[in-house]
Amino acid sequence: MTTEQNKIQCSYFKDSKPLLLENGTSIDELTVAYESYGKLNKNKSNAIIVCHALSGDQFVASKNPLTNKDGWWDRMVGSGKPIDTDKYYVICPNVLGGCLGSTGPTSINPKTSEQYGLNFPVITISDMVNAQMRLIEHLGIKKLLSAIGGSMGGMQVLEWAASYPESLTSAIPIATSSRHTAQNIAFHELGRQAIMADPNWSNGDYKKAGTNPNKGLSIARMTAHVTYLSEASLTKKFGRRLQDKDEISFGFDADFQIESYLRHQGLTFVDRFDANSYLYITRAMDYFDLEKTHKKTLTEIYEKTNIRFLIASFTGDWLYPPSENLLIVRALSAGGADVSFVNIESDKGHDAFLLDEPEFDDAMKGFIKSVSLEAKI
Amino acid sequence: MDKNRTDLELITSLVDKDSRILDVGCGNGELLKSLKSKKNIIGQGLELKQERVNKCVSRGLSVIQGNADNDLSLYPDLSFDCVILSQTIQATNSPKNILTELVRIGKKAIVSIPNFGYWQVRLGFAAFGKMPITEKLSNNWYDTPNIHLCSILDFVDLCSELNIKIDKTIVLSSKSTKSFNGIPNKLSNFFGEEAIFLIKN
Repeated sequence: MTTEQNKIQCSYFKDSKPLLLENGTSIDELTVAYESYGKLNKNKSNAIIVCHALSGDQFVASKNPLTNKDGWWDRMVGSGKPIDTDKYYVICPNVLGGCLGSTGPTSINPKTSEQYGLNFPVITISDMVNAQMRLIEHLGIKKLLSAIGGSMGGMQVLEWAASYPESLTSAIPIATSSRHTAQNIAFHELGRQAIMADPNWSNGDYKKAGTNPNKGLSIARMTAHVTYLSEASLTKKFGRRLQDKDEISFGFDADFQIESYLRHQGLTFVDRFDANSYLYITRAMDYFDLEKTHKKTLTEIYEKTNIRFLIASFTGDWLYPPSENLLIVRALSAGGADVSFVNIESDKGHDAFLLDEPEFDDAMKGFIKSVSLEAKI
Repeated sequence: MDKNRTDLELITSLVDKDSRILDVGCGNGELLKSLKSKKNIIGQGLELKQERVNKCVSRGLSVIQGNADNDLSLYPDLSFDCVILSQTIQATNSPKNILTELVRIGKKAIVSIPNFGYWQVRLGFAAFGKMPITEKLSNNWYDTPNIHLCSILDFVDLCSELNIKIDKTIVLSSKSTKSFNGIPNKLSNFFGEEAIFLIKN
């Protein structure tokens, strides 16, 4: 990624109050880059935070200036959509550790006036949420109508509900988990190893070396991308079809469409994502373990919470499968929480939450509507 | 008032004010909604069908997508004041386990069943030698969801085998509604089309 973060057109919140991190260090000058949609009402009671996933960004419902592509959840957030920007004020911040404007490894370290690179502290999901809380406070919002997010976004939502229960009316963690499983960590490790094995990574100092670990980051993305899909969706989309040829080449070119597709995914990713950011964010996800962080069982964490929960999983998601989501439902139920759970029939894999799933849209729309009715918005 | 409504009204009458209720197989949430407004309950639903779950969610009810056979283990012991299973137990895989689960989760449970001992059912089989079709049991044998039908007596026997106490029984027929403290009389098994049991451990 070559674009300087300051050039990205969005809102910025800068805070010179140090942000204390879970690892004991702090970030002295915090920047949170964010996008917002809709209007904050007089009581500031109609705000919804949308938390993005690993490779997501703040452009949830507007064109990403780097890719010129529509917002990553355009179909869910917008005028008349389930998260209706005619009614709600929607905030989507770039996560701490990200590379689209929020403080992260590509930011300038105020102590050295150079890019942080690997000197950036190892951050956690709860650090990300604490940074977001600063932004919410800055906007004068006492209580969010909802925190919503899928995958790593869902982890942030769970952390929001655990750390700031008084600041949420409802929470919608989607296709997520309360802790990263061995399989989750394993796939992330593949990605990180691919990046670090690229000589152009230059021990994380590629900015100084004037290089970029494009190859490594591409492979990381290719690996991860497969985990977001499913055998059914791959078969449906590609099967064994060949790419621009009628016969196999007896070589190692991208004979198959799936190969060509993955290569393309990898190549385009490096234009919008920073390799070190990828290391840091995947690490934050691997370290995510709500029970460990809060030193309580999941049931205890949410015991007597007043937050209304909607948890959604997808039957074809093998990365954060329904069973992982059900663990959260189970804990919430045990603690007497107000929880709804939908397990959407879909063969699209983990990415289903971003794709066309009308039943999911209906559940989202219905839940948010009922929450806002109860909150008299 | 149609029959179905009567069933729900009677169940409502057995529910205490301000209690915590789990409705297993809650459908579109009709009963939960009415219990909320009439008895000010805190309600939870369990429902399998996506469309119905969505309907419940949009009505502001909290509902978990799952079924009685697999997902009652989600709930800890005595986590509800009352668990309701209306006209569902005959369609489950293991009614015995489910009964045990109901009284584990709830301080009490309300279970309603279509009575297979009802005279019309007996007549249907005795006179025509074919699987009976009645107003309550309206499916053909090949497409019925009811795989574990029982009579009032059968249900009473199972409760006794499981040491489950029947506090109250309401027997419904097309003509009348009869209440019994404890188990119903023998005649109910012939004249009752449907029965509602209030049970506990």
